[in-house]
Amino acid sequence: MIEILNLSKNFDHVAAVKAVNFSVSAGEVFGLLGPNGAGKTTTIRMLTTLSLPSSGTALVAGHDILNDPLSVKKAIGVIPQMLNLDIDLTLAENLEYHGRLHRMERADRTARIEELLRFVGLWEKRDMPVEHLSGGMRRRLLIARGLMHRPRIVFMDEPTVGLDPQARRLIWGLIEDLKRSGITILLTTHYIEEADELCDRVAIMRQGKIMTIGSPADLKAVAGRYVLECLGRHDVPRQFLHSREEALDAGKVMGCDVAVRDVTLEDVFIELTGERIDS
Amino acid sequence: MNFYPIFWKDMLLIRKKPWKFLASSMVTPILYLVTFGWGLGRGMSMTGGGSYLDFVLPGLLALSAMNNSFGPVSTSVNVSKLYTKTIEEVLVSPVGPWSIALGRALSGTVRGLFSAFLLLIVGLLSGVHMTLSPFIVLVLGITAFCFASAGVAAAMVAKSHEDMSNFNSFVIIPMSFLAGTFFSPDKLPEPFRSMIMVYPLTHANILLRALAGGKVPDAVSVIILTAYAVFFFYLAGRMVRRAV
Repeated sequence: MIEILNLSKNFDHVAAVKAVNFSVSAGEVFGLLGPNGAGKTTTIRMLTTLSLPSSGTALVAGHDILNDPLSVKKAIGVIPQMLNLDIDLTLAENLEYHGRLHRMERADRTARIEELLRFVGLWEKRDMPVEHLSGGMRRRLLIARGLMHRPRIVFMDEPTVGLDPQARRLIWGLIEDLKRSGITILLTTHYIEEADELCDRVAIMRQGKIMTIGSPADLKAVAGRYVLECLGRHDVPRQFLHSREEALDAGKVMGCDVAVRDVTLEDVFIELTGERIDS
Repeated sequence: MNFYPIFWKDMLLIRKKPWKFLASSMVTPILYLVTFGWGLGRGMSMTGGGSYLDFVLPGLLALSAMNNSFGPVSTSVNVSKLYTKTIEEVLVSPVGPWSIALGRALSGTVRGLFSAFLLLIVGLLSGVHMTLSPFIVLVLGITAFCFASAGVAAAMVAKSHEDMSNFNSFVIIPMSFLAGTFFSPDKLPEPFRSMIMVYPLTHANILLRALAGGKVPDAVSVIILTAYAVFFFYLAGRMVRRAV
C-alpha cells in the first residue's frame, strides 16, 4: 500500500530525511519510532503531499505522490499531531465540513457522522463547540475526522502525544479496532510502549535515517530477551541475555545489586544509537 | 471546482457569530464617516455643488469593501496557515488550489459587500444624495473580490504574522488614505496623480463616484479594476498551489 523510494528532504542545507526506503503492506500497522527531530513527521508530510521531497518519491495506494497527488489525497486519511480542528464549529460540523471537502453525499455524511462519533464515544457531544472539549476528546474527534471519507490508508502523527495514560489507552483501543477492520496505518511515535503495543512492524529512525526495521518481537530478539542492569551504577554497561537464568548467573559476578527485566524497544534504540529515545 | 465547502464553512462561522461580524464590519467605515463626513466635512463645500458627505460616501463604500474583504480573509488564512494549521485539512483533501482560493475569495467578497451595504444604508439615512444603480453593486463586488484575492495571496506568502502586519502598514493603509477616498485624484499635481492611479482602490473610487453622480463610468477604470481582480485571483491560486 505504501512504497517509499529513496525519499529525502532538505531544509536549506540541513538534511531532515536521508534516502529513506521502506514499504507498508495492506492492513499493516507500521510505526516510525524515534526521538523528536528524527524525521518522522517530515516523512509523513511528504507521504501525505503536504511537503515536496527534495529527492526520491513514494507510491501511496499505487499513486505517485509527485505525479498524482490528487489520487493520493483521495485514498488517505490524515490524523495530524496538531489538533487542527475548527474550535468554533461543533463536533458534527467539523465532520460535516470534512465530508463536504471529500464530496460525500448528504445522506452518507449524516450517517457517517453518527457512526464515527459513536465509534469514538463522542455522539452525545455532537452539538457542542469543539472549544469545550478536552485534549483527549479533541484527539478522538481528529481520528473520527481522518476516517470520515473511508480512507484505505491512515497516517497518524503522534496520535497520543500530550495525553494522560487513560486517554492514551482509549486511543490505543480505537487504533486496535481500526487495525481489525483492515485499514492500513502508518503512525509515528516516540513512545516505546505505543510502538510495541500497536505496530506489526516498526522502523527506528534517528537523524533522518532508518536504523532498522522489523516486528517489535524480532527487533527485541536481536538484542536478547532479557536485560541485566546494575542498580544505581550508570558506569556499568547493561548486558543483553537470552534467558533469565543466564541473566541471574551473570548478575552474581557483577558486584552490585542487579535487576533483570524484559528487553524493550528503547533498549534496541540504545543499542543501535548509544542514546536514549527521549534524549 | 469544489470551492463550495470552503465558502460554506466561512459562511457558517459568520452565521454563528452574527453580532461580532456586524460590529467588525461597521466599526471602521462608521469611524471614517463620522470623522471625515459628519465632523471634518460638515463645513466643507465641493466645487460644482454637493456636500463633502455626498462626495466621500462612494469612496467610503469602496474602502469598506476593501477593508472587510482583505482584512478578515488575510487574517483567517494567515492564522490557519501559521497558528491553528486548519488549512492543512484542506491541503490534504482532494480540493484543488484554485477551488481553495476561489472559496476564500468569495467569502471575502460577501464580507466586503455586506459591510459596504451597511454603510450605504447608514449614509442614505444620514441624507447623502447619490444615484443608486446595480452597477454600484457590481463595482463593489469586483473591488471586494479583488482585495479578498489579494488577501489570500498575501497570507499565503507571509511567513509570519509580522509579515502580514507589514503588508497592511506598507500597502493597505497608504492605499486607504492616498487612493482618492477622501479627495479627488484630479486635484493632485503630477507625478503624484499618476502614482495613485496605480492603486486598484483609486479606480474603484473613480467608478463609484461616477455611478453615484449618475454619470457613465470610465471604461479604463473598469478594465484596470477587473484586471487587478483577475491578477490577484491568479496570484492567490498560484500561492495556494505552491503550498499544496
